[in-house]
Amino acid sequence: MLFMSVLTAGRFGGVNTPINFDNFSRATDSIFVQVILNSLLIAGATAILSLLIGFPTALFISRLSRKWQIILIVAIILPYWTNFLVRTYAWLVLLNNEGIINKFLRNIGLIDKPIEMLYTSGAVIVGMTYLYLPLMILPIYAALEKIDKNLTEAAYDLGSSAWKSLRTVSIPLAMPGILIGLIFVFVPSLGNFVVPELLGGGKTVMIGNLVRDQFLKARDWPFGATFALILTLILVILISLQSYVSKRVNINA
Amino acid sequence: MPKKINLSLIITLVVLVFLYLPIMTVVGLSFNTSSNSLIWKGFGFDWYQNIWTNEPIISSFQRTIFVALVTTFFSLLIGTTISIGLNKMKAGGFLRTFSTAPAIVPDLVLAIGLLTTFSTISLSLNLRTVIISHTVFCTAFVVAIVLARIGLMDPSIEEASTDLGAGPFKTLFKVTIPQLMPALIAGAVLSFTLSMDEFVIAFFTNGPETPTLPMVIYSMIRFGVTPEINVLGTLLLAISFVGVILAQRIGKVADSI
Repeated sequence: MLFMSVLTAGRFGGVNTPINFDNFSRATDSIFVQVILNSLLIAGATAILSLLIGFPTALFISRLSRKWQIILIVAIILPYWTNFLVRTYAWLVLLNNEGIINKFLRNIGLIDKPIEMLYTSGAVIVGMTYLYLPLMILPIYAALEKIDKNLTEAAYDLGSSAWKSLRTVSIPLAMPGILIGLIFVFVPSLGNFVVPELLGGGKTVMIGNLVRDQFLKARDWPFGATFALILTLILVILISLQSYVSKRVNINA
Repeated sequence: MPKKINLSLIITLVVLVFLYLPIMTVVGLSFNTSSNSLIWKGFGFDWYQNIWTNEPIISSFQRTIFVALVTTFFSLLIGTTISIGLNKMKAGGFLRTFSTAPAIVPDLVLAIGLLTTFSTISLSLNLRTVIISHTVFCTAFVVAIVLARIGLMDPSIEEASTDLGAGPFKTLFKVTIPQLMPALIAGAVLSFTLSMDEFVIAFFTNGPETPTLPMVIYSMIRFGVTPEINVLGTLLLAISFVGVILAQRIGKVADSI
């Protein structure tokens, strides 16, 4: 029951204002709509990028011997168990103007002036992909690993090209895992305020930053709670969509 | 399928480099003797010696361990009770989802929910509120793990114990709990790690006088790259790695019991 009080209390904040919907109309101001769209875009790009590099990795691991599968899966989870502030900080070190990547590029003579990599949306996307990539690889691996190896081999023996057997057998069967992976990456990315602040340098504002600022700086709790509610709603819609689609996929398969 | 495997092999290698290069850079730089951590001066343990005399880091570390221990105790107690109860009640999907909700809800939403709750009941923010918050958060994970294990248990063993004359308490401690042991250990390790690393919830529900280690790291990182964080990051990495390996070993041993 504690949980219920937590969730409902979160909605309208700790201040006794008469209940009204002013905050919601305030939230539709173009500047806030922009922040919400920007957040969706960055979290979406993070999820897609994770999928693009996560799927081939999961596919590769699922085809190894049992022993190597375990070794590689542990190797992929290990960084995830490290403090996420430290992992974010590591990118601060790498992407810095004086950082390793810029120094390396300058030493091999590719560039004269450092490339401004830190404090861009790109840095935020790379940083969040780094943080949540294991959450993409694991469910896809779990789904691929369950597929009967004979199925892909049968498709191959029957004359399908490697690419075709991937497209018609592996990807559809791994679809539930892919959807879960997308949700697992998208959800924490959307609410994240630390990465946009540290790697985006305040230029990239996401919903999380708005909530944080409304609560801790502007002290406008109800308005902050409005954004938290919007954030929750977006996620609830997405998760329902995911379970709906994955049920449909299961029926078809 | 040789061609495709080659492509996915390359991507897998890139992913491994992508995952390890950043943290290994931090580890490497932690042995730098220079006070500007981006300019390599020489190999040494200077900053490691330095860190033991850094009062804010040491005291926040002690606070973090304290919070994590108390949180683990209460999460395990409450989480196991809820799980056994849910199982006995043959509770449906709604109650189960409800009990694991804090694990699914974004941490930011949970954090402000707790903050507003504390302010409504006028509880001042300090380590006590962090412990309560972390317990809410970690209990959900304990419930998820223990429920999964209870599902695998054969209810007839408990019935047999009752039929043979054991009271409910005896059955609980001699039959149910030993069977749940692997899940309880996993839940304890997970709660401890989650609480120790947790930043967002602590950031909102803690008072300014008693920062936890992640909060201290956060305020340090905002000033940029410093040797202290390189060392601290390396130490935390080492702790996590040892923790994961230990958890695996314990898991194996517990499973074989």
